[in-house]
Amino acid sequence: MSNNYSRRSFLKTAGSVAAVGALPVTMVELAFAKSSENFTFAYISDAHIQHMSGTRFVNNWDRGLIRAVAEANLMTPKPDFVMFGGDLAQLGSKPELDHGAGMLAKLTAPLHAVMGEHDYYLDLGEYWSKLFGPQYYSFDHKGVHFVVLNSILTTDEWTFKRWPTAEQRMLEMAGLDNPNGSPFMVGEKQREWLAKDLAKVSKDTPVVVFSHSPLQKIYKGWNFWTDDAEQVQALLAPFDKVNVVYGHVHQIQYNQIGNISFNSVMATAWPWPYPQSYAQAETHLPKLTIPMNRADPFFERDATGWQMIDVNTGRVALAYNLYNNKSRTVAFDPKLGHPVDKGLQTVALEPNRTHY
Amino acid sequence: MKQTIIRCGLAAVVGLSLSLGATAARADEFTKQDVERWNAQFMQVVQKGRELWTSPALGKNGVVCAQCHPNAANSHPETYPKFQKQIGKVITLPEMINWCIRNPLEGQPLAVDSPEMTALVAYATYERRGVKLEPGKH
Repeated sequence: MSNNYSRRSFLKTAGSVAAVGALPVTMVELAFAKSSENFTFAYISDAHIQHMSGTRFVNNWDRGLIRAVAEANLMTPKPDFVMFGGDLAQLGSKPELDHGAGMLAKLTAPLHAVMGEHDYYLDLGEYWSKLFGPQYYSFDHKGVHFVVLNSILTTDEWTFKRWPTAEQRMLEMAGLDNPNGSPFMVGEKQREWLAKDLAKVSKDTPVVVFSHSPLQKIYKGWNFWTDDAEQVQALLAPFDKVNVVYGHVHQIQYNQIGNISFNSVMATAWPWPYPQSYAQAETHLPKLTIPMNRADPFFERDATGWQMIDVNTGRVALAYNLYNNKSRTVAFDPKLGHPVDKGLQTVALEPNRTHY
Repeated sequence: MKQTIIRCGLAAVVGLSLSLGATAARADEFTKQDVERWNAQFMQVVQKGRELWTSPALGKNGVVCAQCHPNAANSHPETYPKFQKQIGKVITLPEMINWCIRNPLEGQPLAVDSPEMTALVAYATYERRGVKLEPGKH
C-alpha cells in the first residue's frame, strides 16, 4: 500500500469504502513537512452523557460516543491523537463526567480535550480539569501549532451573581434556546495568553485552533456565537494558514474569513436544526455552508457522527463519518481559497434541500 | 291552540332581543375585550406548552423536547398531516409528538385531546407562526 495517496484518490477511496460500510482511510502528504511526518487525528465532540439516576444514563447518547470511540480505534493508519470537542456531560455532574471519561479512556490514541458549557457551569470546570487538565493550552505536533481555547466563558455578573445555586446556573446555560442564558466569550485573560503564545510562532506555521463555540457570529439566540470573536480573529489574522475547528452546533458548517478557515464538527449525541429553520430567528449562517439534508430523522443516529482530520498543506480537511447519513468531506480548496464540500458542490444551487 | 303558539313565539322574540341588547354581541363582530381575553387564554396555553417542551417530567429519562428542537425548530407543524415512513400511515402532529415521547424521551404517550398535548401543539405551532401551510410535505 503506497503512502503517496493523492487527495483525489483518497476521496475516491473514502467514497467507495463508505458505501460498503467500512471506515474511510486517509493518507495524505503534508506539503509543508517531510513525508515521514504525515499524520491524521480524530475529532469526537458533543457526547452530552446524561445521568438519569443511580447507575443509569440515557442510552441513546451513550451509544453515540461508544461507537465513535470504537471506530476511531479502528482507524488505519492510527490517528496521532484524538481531540474531544466539549460537552462530554449534559449537566456537568461527576457521574456524567466520570461515565464519559470511562468511555474516552478506551481510546488507544492520546486524548486532548476542549471545555464545553455543559461541562463547565456546575462547578466552573473544576472536576473536568481534574480529569482532563488545563482549560486552555497549546502544543506543537509535526510542524503544526495547535491551540485549545475555553470559549464558553461569559460575564462575571452572569456567572457569579445572578443564580442562587450552581445547579440552577448549569440548567440555565444548558438550555440552548433559553433566553436566560448568556453569550459565550473567550475573555481578556485568554486573549492576552493567546497573543503571547502566538508571538513565539512563525507566520508561515500552520495554526489549528480548537474551541467549543464558533469563533464567529452565526446566531446569538442559540449561542452559535462568541461575543469577542472579532478580537480573537484579529490575533489569528497575521498567520498565513489558520484553521478554527469548533463543536457546539451539532451540524456541518464551514466558512472563510480572511486567512481563517472555519469548520464545525458533529455531535455524537443528537443533531441540531440550522438556525434558519426557526422561523422567528435572524441567522447569519455562512453563505458557503451547504446545510445537511435531514430527510428521515427517525433514524436514532440521524445526523450524528465524528470526523477524521488531516492538515494537508496546512489547511484542514474533515472527513465526516456520519452514522446514518452519507459521508461528507469538507476540505480547503487552495484555488478557491475557502473550504468546500467535495461531494456536494454540484448541488449547492438546488433549492429543494430537505431541511425545515 | 294557534293563538298559544303565536303568543309563545312573541315572548321568545322579545326575550331574545332583550338578551342581545344586554351583551351587545352580533355574529359579525368581536369586541376588543373578547379578542384580548381569547389571546390571553391562547398565550397561557402556549406558555404551558413551552414549560412542557423544556420539562424532564414529560418523559422518563430526563431528556426534554428542546434538547433536539430548540424553539421547536425542525418540528415543522405546517407539514402535518403527513405520511410518516416508520409509522406507515398519514398522521397528525400530536401522534408525532407521542412518537417522540415514547422513543427519545422513553415515556408514556399523552391522550391526543389532553390539555398537555394541546399545549405542546400550541407552543410548536406558535413558534412556527407566519410559515405557509404545506400539509403532506417532505
